[in-house]
Amino acid sequence: MAEGTKSLRDELGPYFGEYGGRYVPESLIAALDELDAAYQAAKTDPVFQAELAELHRTYTGRPSIITEVPRFGEHAGGARIILKREDLNHTGSHKINNVLGQALVARRLGKTRLIAETGAGQHGVATATAAALFGMECVVYMGEVDTVRQALNVARMRLLGATVIPVTTGSRTLKDAINDALRDWVASVDTTHYVLGTVAGPHPFPVMVRDFHKIIGEEARAQVLELTGALPDAVTACVGGGSNAMGIFHAFLDDSSVALYGYEAAGEGHLTEHHAATITRGRPGVLHGARSYLLQDEDGQTIESHSISAGLDYPGVGPEHAWLADIGRATYLPITDDEAMQALRLLSRTEGIIPAIESAHALAGTIKLGRELGPESTILVNLSGRGDKDMETAGKYFDILDADALAEEDRGPIDGAER
Amino acid sequence: MSRVADVIAARKGEGSGALVGYLPVGFPDLATSIEAAIALAENGVDVLELGLPYSDPVMDGVVIQQATQQALANGFRLRDGFEAVAAITARVSTPVLLMTYWNPVLQFGVDRFADELVAAGGAGLITPDLIPDEAAEWLATSERTGLDRVFLAAPSSTKARLEQAVERSRGFVYAVSTMGITGARSDVDNAARGLVSRLREAGATSACVGLGISTPEQVHEVLGYADGAIVGSLLVKALADGGVDAVAAAASYLATGK
Repeated sequence: MAEGTKSLRDELGPYFGEYGGRYVPESLIAALDELDAAYQAAKTDPVFQAELAELHRTYTGRPSIITEVPRFGEHAGGARIILKREDLNHTGSHKINNVLGQALVARRLGKTRLIAETGAGQHGVATATAAALFGMECVVYMGEVDTVRQALNVARMRLLGATVIPVTTGSRTLKDAINDALRDWVASVDTTHYVLGTVAGPHPFPVMVRDFHKIIGEEARAQVLELTGALPDAVTACVGGGSNAMGIFHAFLDDSSVALYGYEAAGEGHLTEHHAATITRGRPGVLHGARSYLLQDEDGQTIESHSISAGLDYPGVGPEHAWLADIGRATYLPITDDEAMQALRLLSRTEGIIPAIESAHALAGTIKLGRELGPESTILVNLSGRGDKDMETAGKYFDILDADALAEEDRGPIDGAER
Repeated sequence: MSRVADVIAARKGEGSGALVGYLPVGFPDLATSIEAAIALAENGVDVLELGLPYSDPVMDGVVIQQATQQALANGFRLRDGFEAVAAITARVSTPVLLMTYWNPVLQFGVDRFADELVAAGGAGLITPDLIPDEAAEWLATSERTGLDRVFLAAPSSTKARLEQAVERSRGFVYAVSTMGITGARSDVDNAARGLVSRLREAGATSACVGLGISTPEQVHEVLGYADGAIVGSLLVKALADGGVDAVAAAASYLATGK
């Protein structure tokens, strides 16, 4: 970074360029101020930091390892591909980093109830986990559509003692779950902390959630340096709301030699009407408490997003990403459902690692990028989650389930062509 | 300066206070929503609050959500909002405020939106998810056009924030009766009385209480300490269940107790 240039790592909100802010009912402002103050105090409190670090060491399983994947890399132009293994964290994704941090802040505020929204269920599971660990009540809002496609995660949350409320309004997916969580919070702020699961929402959520995830990039930067003796040429991640991407990007923001790529869910194609490519196809507006890019019609009504990945099926994106896109520091590109699913299968077969469909978007982008950058390049990929939760979707997609035989015993056995 | 404030002051002068009635535009259809709003005005409602349906109404409870979702499913466009205001103000003198979440205004263009609203005869905006801190553009535009701007005040708001809401609002300050969203409640929170009292200390001369009000007794009680009482979900439910006649009857019952 040039001398005298302001570090891109110092953004404290509430605004990132023209993005961010607080577009919420007045009733929530006091709670957001209280949260901001508690978070600022925690940030510089060595007791808090030590407590979180100890939880990460003994509970999350941090530091997460990095894994070099040469057999996968052969399909990515021979580039040296290194995965940051957030999939190995307790609960199966990066989401736990943020949840433990916020739960500790909530405990400091004397809150006894945690609420959360969830799409794929990973954030809901992580929040239910933290609530169980800290002895707090937990309510998770989940779009009805998502409760069906992620039924196993619903069971996990219930097993952990959480109440899962299927949301039946609007598109019945993540955005509507956020609406209902906000409605709950407006009425319950005295006792309740809203554990927002991504780098979106009103200030201080975008900065706080980023800060709880930036450990991903900090660890990975040191690990890659130790392994290769140099910084990677590029860092890649999938972007829905953008929490895992901000987490791994942040440590590299001032490394101008490191290109940053966020891969958005293009569903059936970003030029069709069925996608979730917010930065690629959206325009600035206000949703869920912040100004950022969003998918919307001419009247400013939010357009429903589409993605095979429930965790990326969101028509908004965190304001810091909107800003990084505008200033050209990070590049955001679309990846279709099919590209992601092919990458999911490829990593499974070449490396024995089954990624979450969300993370598979980053892998698909990395395959393209590796072919551009060539065999001399090194690419760090945030493998944000594991694919266990996606087995039903993947099984159907590749037609490798015997489920029809299970459902209807009178049918003959189905030959798994993809087996 | 503000027709809404004048109407509220006039009702106050009569020893009472204003009844503010909410209905969404386009529910169950555009024409009926216009007739229903006019029925409110003709049956004791002093200020009309017309809601613009929005895809993500975080401040609204289930009754209003269902109504506005249906309006959107029927093809509601922002233009219908201006059309409704024009049709209503052509037939009744009751001032009409639009209640709208901020993104539709932002996408339409704040200046263009304000000009269309003035042309339609509208009085101003109630903005549930726009706090004065984020409202620089709207403050400038409302100064230019003379439109009212109603900001919210909550029981949790600090003294400084109440002062800001009072200073920035014109027409009235929307005092949120309870920590929650729209929808009928059996008790209007005691917090409302305390909030209005704190708003008075902050200099408010026009404060209306909303959220949870659904009976003539609650209206009467609120008007004992506030300048206006805002009723929404009850009227929407009446419209959904019994059409325009039921809305007229509900408004009359709220206004007179009969």
